[in-house]
Amino acid sequence: MAVASAPSALPLGKKKEFSQSYWSLVWYRFKKNKLGVLGGIFLIALYFLFVAVPEFVSPYALENRSNFVEAPPTPIRFVDQNGQFQAPFVYGLDRKIDQVKRLRTWVEDPQRKYPVKLFVQGDPYLLFGFIPANLHLFGIDADQREARLFIMGSDALGRDFFTRIMYGGRLSLMVGLIGQFLTLILGATLGVISGYYGGATDMFVQRFTEFLAAFPNIPLFMALSAAIPPFWSPISVYFMLTLILAFLGWGGLARQVRGLVLSLREREYALAARSFGAKDSRIMFRHLLPGTMSHVIVIATLSIPGMILAETALSWLGLGLRPPLTSWGTLLQDAATVRAIRFTPWLLWTVPPILFTVMTYNLLGDGLRDALDPYSGR
Amino acid sequence: MTPASETSQTDNILLEVKNLKKYFPIQKGLLRRTVGYVRAVDDVSLYLREGETLGLVGESGCGKTTASRCIIRLYEPTAGEIWFKSRVLSENGRPRRVNLVSLNRDEITKTREEIAMIFQDPINPLNPRMSVSDIIAEPMVIHGKYDPRHSEEVIVNLLQRVGLRPDHLRRYPHEFSGGQRQRIGIARALALNPRLVLCDEPVSALDVSIQAQTLNLLQDLQRDFNLSYIFVAHDLSVVQHISDRVAVMYVGKVVEVASSEALYQNPLHPYTEALLSSVPKADPKYRSSRIIMQGDVADPSNPPSGCYFHPRCRYAVDLCKQQAPEFRELKPDHWVSCHRAEELQLTGI
Repeated sequence: MAVASAPSALPLGKKKEFSQSYWSLVWYRFKKNKLGVLGGIFLIALYFLFVAVPEFVSPYALENRSNFVEAPPTPIRFVDQNGQFQAPFVYGLDRKIDQVKRLRTWVEDPQRKYPVKLFVQGDPYLLFGFIPANLHLFGIDADQREARLFIMGSDALGRDFFTRIMYGGRLSLMVGLIGQFLTLILGATLGVISGYYGGATDMFVQRFTEFLAAFPNIPLFMALSAAIPPFWSPISVYFMLTLILAFLGWGGLARQVRGLVLSLREREYALAARSFGAKDSRIMFRHLLPGTMSHVIVIATLSIPGMILAETALSWLGLGLRPPLTSWGTLLQDAATVRAIRFTPWLLWTVPPILFTVMTYNLLGDGLRDALDPYSGR
Repeated sequence: MTPASETSQTDNILLEVKNLKKYFPIQKGLLRRTVGYVRAVDDVSLYLREGETLGLVGESGCGKTTASRCIIRLYEPTAGEIWFKSRVLSENGRPRRVNLVSLNRDEITKTREEIAMIFQDPINPLNPRMSVSDIIAEPMVIHGKYDPRHSEEVIVNLLQRVGLRPDHLRRYPHEFSGGQRQRIGIARALALNPRLVLCDEPVSALDVSIQAQTLNLLQDLQRDFNLSYIFVAHDLSVVQHISDRVAVMYVGKVVEVASSEALYQNPLHPYTEALLSSVPKADPKYRSSRIIMQGDVADPSNPPSGCYFHPRCRYAVDLCKQQAPEFRELKPDHWVSCHRAEELQLTGI
């Protein structure tokens, strides 16, 4: 109190604030968890690269096809044939038919060298959807059309797989975020209503979530995806899938919120608000729901990966997104055959970004849980 | 059985409670059959004059808090009438007597401007995620009286009035001591300029020195803002200090109502006498003649026959077991429900 006993004559607002809100305390504790912070930073970077600017990061446009069908990852070289160190470059590729294995292969031609540069001009695109640009983070100069840079190989249509992973990440990562956001709204609203009103309302909401939870998931997904009209545009299908995922996922969250609201509603501040004439909606959304937010955020963060994985799995099964939409799930479909794993194993490059995303979410979620949990030691 | 109607000062009655009942159902089994009722408040009649403080005392679980929450309709009363002289609900600016029990939701919300509540626990009624200024502003926001330009000033004045500093405005409840938190609660209760404040044991969770400060603050505020209090407490010395009149409750019933002086000096009900004998005296030479009551408080879901107090009453006779005593005005403005009130010579303090 000694610090705060500054003269009260000072005009309001100009005084230095000593006070800390709940969230600033949470932030203070979160900052101490290095792994959680790391997860957060990685996630921000991930979303920035994959969602905001994949056009810039990837060397080609999504549908830029070439004759280099199923080319393995192009090695980027620093040392030429004469053993001399120089700026990074790639060799040109020649198609060769392996007569013994009856297989098409690609061999490097040491005579043709193409420098790999940063910030090259290439396929035009719209940055953030409206800024025309043609700069790419790295690549080979666009005038050298006969050469290609596939750092993760190319697919059956000669498209750069790295580019496809970048673009695929946009849809997959956004499914997680949008889907979880919808889940949050649905689950939190129904949970708080269920917990606050109790009685018949509670009974109905709870039995309904149990019904959803008891339903076998895969057949339900199949039924719901089959219900999507085939003539819908891929984007509508995408949002429909997100809705389906959210619709099936809100139950658990609603139960958690309900449980928390059941205990919070007995707190006297809800009663106090009511004694001043506050409406139910104000008590629920101004007093009770904010009290559950700390838990809800943790639950939401930890279940976004589940959402991403669900999209991936469904698309892999052919129940979710379908080409021409590119997501990590549809990309994994390319790698779903034994032939693909035997002859084009680079198509499995989709897996590391998925793993990485899930792990960073878990790191962040754990960090948040520790920071928000009032019972943990500091 | 309307105490107020028989007194001479009917015009300045602010609040009149008639035969208020609140029964909580006891439910059992899968189908939630009601197997009985807890009679938390059982036929309570009270009145409160403007600018007056009515103390409501009794043991834990006697229905004091339930009664006060019924008055502000946080609980729906099972039966009874609550007449309140309301200013907001009258068209011509003159107070109108309204029955709070029969008002609809909107009207009830309006009367909350005039009836405020202070809670027992200093910390829980304050939302930990709201700053002091948000907490005090909340009643104004709810009633659409918050104006970003002027209300800040009003809030600062309120803060200063309850003994806090303007720089406390942006802080959060956890940064205050118990007494300060209670002051925040008091400031919030005063935010809409109420006329009736229900104080639900506002000092029982505070330590003794803070109790005195808070009580004095409440008295000052009562004078300055012309407030009427219903002061719920179990501490008789606190009630004596602040109340003009005192009502004693036992198992959901009011057993005695009188002016503070009359009740403390000449109690008419044996239960009141027993309560008074338990008040510690500040005199080391005083040898207490403390009355130890036998048995436990009666179970409000299964009250005894006749007078609820008879199993513990040392003056009980057969009549007490058979017949419930009538609540009657034995002396002017001194009401009691005891068969033997006239004959007993009870000691007060």
